[in-house]
Amino acid sequence: MAMKQTRSRHEALALGAEELLKIYRHMLSARRTDERMWILNRQGKAAFVVSCQGQEAAQVGAAYNLRPGHDYAYPYYRDAGIVMTLGMTARDQLLSLMGKGEDPNSGGRQMPGHFSSRELNIVTASAPIGVQFPQAAGTALAFKMRKEDGVVLASGGEASTSGGDWHEAMNFAGVHDLPVVFLVQNNVYSISTPEPLQVAGSIAARAEGYGFPGVAVDGNDVLAVYEVARGAVERARRGEGPTLIEAKTYRLTGHSSDDDDRRYREREEIEEWRLKDPIPRFERYLLENGVLDEEGRDEIDGKVKAEVKEASDYAENAPFAESGFALEGVYAVVGGKR
Amino acid sequence: MTTKSLLQAIHDGLAGEMRADETVMVLGEDVGRAGGVFRVTEGLQEEFGEYRVMDTPLAESLIAGAAIGLSVNGMRPVAEIQFADFIPPAFDQIVSEAARFYYRSGGAYYVPITVRVPYGVVPGGALYHSQSVEAWFCNTPGLKVVAPTYPADAEGLLRSAIRDPNPVVFFEHKRCYRLLKEEVPEGGAVVPVGKARIHRAGTDLTVVSYGFVLHQALEVAEKLSTEHGVEAEVVEPLTLYPLDRGTIVDSAKKTGKVLVASEANLTGSVSAEIAAVVAREAFEWLDAPVMRLGAPDVPTAPFAKPLLESFMPGAEKIEAALLELARY
Ligand SMILES: Cc1ncc(C[n+]2csc(CCOP(=O)(O)OP(=O)(O)O)c2C)c(N)n1
Ligand SMILES: [Mg+2]
Repeated sequence: MAMKQTRSRHEALALGAEELLKIYRHMLSARRTDERMWILNRQGKAAFVVSCQGQEAAQVGAAYNLRPGHDYAYPYYRDAGIVMTLGMTARDQLLSLMGKGEDPNSGGRQMPGHFSSRELNIVTASAPIGVQFPQAAGTALAFKMRKEDGVVLASGGEASTSGGDWHEAMNFAGVHDLPVVFLVQNNVYSISTPEPLQVAGSIAARAEGYGFPGVAVDGNDVLAVYEVARGAVERARRGEGPTLIEAKTYRLTGHSSDDDDRRYREREEIEEWRLKDPIPRFERYLLENGVLDEEGRDEIDGKVKAEVKEASDYAENAPFAESGFALEGVYAVVGGKR
Repeated sequence: MTTKSLLQAIHDGLAGEMRADETVMVLGEDVGRAGGVFRVTEGLQEEFGEYRVMDTPLAESLIAGAAIGLSVNGMRPVAEIQFADFIPPAFDQIVSEAARFYYRSGGAYYVPITVRVPYGVVPGGALYHSQSVEAWFCNTPGLKVVAPTYPADAEGLLRSAIRDPNPVVFFEHKRCYRLLKEEVPEGGAVVPVGKARIHRAGTDLTVVSYGFVLHQALEVAEKLSTEHGVEAEVVEPLTLYPLDRGTIVDSAKKTGKVLVASEANLTGSVSAEIAAVVAREAFEWLDAPVMRLGAPDVPTAPFAKPLLESFMPGAEKIEAALLELARY
């Protein structure tokens, strides 16, 4: 049972019912889309799945603070929750999963999970871990040079903090008080490597050394993530500089559809974390606070599932790009000057 | 017309583009107040301020990565890597990122950045201030790689590189910075990316060369003309990737004999690619095997002077190779 407080957490955050339900719906859409991907994978219709499951609160809670198409996002491959909050759809995800011509990320050139949208300022992502951080710092520098109030969200897993790019970007962001929010989703594993072999000390505490705030937050509590991310985004918008957020969370699936996680983690551990699954947890909050009743929940879930089903059918029937598409478009011809 | 050195020409190209377009900026190590270790960016920070001419931390991956992120958000950055020898940390950002944004996003994102890279052997430069690393980047679709040698070409090509919507790696030979001066038209000559230049017309054989070795090749060509009546055509690729195959192959067909010469390590070099193209495209016109001169497959020029001299191809070797070709 929730404690009876004089003011609920969402009221303290000035979040109304409509906004709470939007947040809930983004989380649920990401989850249901992901579940659908695994089904298609098992049916042999999708070669590769990399999953957001378990991390939706960290992703949606952070991205909900951005202004799509104005602010910039540098997501990593699990960030379906971020890109769907910014406006990408289940259909977009499933087109990408199946590598179809209409895949908005790349037209079927990239693996699933390598997000891109020029309209939404989601910057094309790749596979080498950590490369997005220096890029995000550069994008933030452009905002600062033009004295604009744009903010950049740069996201990665805990292993992305082990390489040089992350530290180079943290240092540079600190030197110039850049409007960038570093979101590290610490989901305990990097493929099979557990956190104790990946991370020395505390990720969040490293920010202090670079001269800006670092916050560790329960990454499975969407309102908690929303709150710290809102503070970070507002701080960046005010021109006060970067923030590091370490969202402590857990990867509920294997690393990808090519991974068998029974080789390196206990089933009991996963079951424990399932009890902390961010989606049922937020659902309970909404039910207890009278924002949602069971009927309403079923209705939303029904709509989301129908949307995902429609998206899946659409993607399955959609054509691949013409084979010539593999051999063209290496160099830009427009976008040059004068 | 103004008479200027390679170094002044590059400086003027930067300043000119920055005046014409407020999104053009420079970032790198010591490029600001100090004007760069070679003084290429001298005076630019005074004119354009601390942000448009930015001293970055010593972090090459950051320099290249930040340039990408700036370009995605409306800027046209020119990143300076202080020495070519220190570009490996930026390799991932240039090769896996900048070169691929356009293709991997299906044309949604493009990366109009220029990466300036001082390269090449200078006496005393030794293992980490001498390398010719251009071939590393000439195997990367999505990149353009240019390496002008003469001032007017450099200023024009730099302006073209900055205006190009693609990432351009711009190699500047350190030993050529102050080697000579030439006339450069006001506002810079128009030198498009992707076009080779014929420096000297000739009918007997072709030398394809760039960088400091190009200067040597041109001297040898004059000598052969006066001493032996052999007329060498000297072609400079200017753009190393993608190559202007047409100009090179046409010259090979005209003369039937080709030497490719640079100071890069020979195996897997740009010279190797040029030789392969000529061997295939001009096979029936050739009267001699395509010859190459380059550095031996040792790391790079050693520190001590006599050791350095045994590393470089040099005018004597060029002359010997050309005479051997002429005898076919
Ligand atoms: C530079 C680089 N090295 C190795 C890999 C292979 N790889 C892909 S994901 C991954 C683990 C990343 O773990 P983490 O950052 O914690 O993210 P998570 O998958 O846990 O969300 C590895 C080793 C890679 N993509 N890039
Ligand atoms: Mg992880």
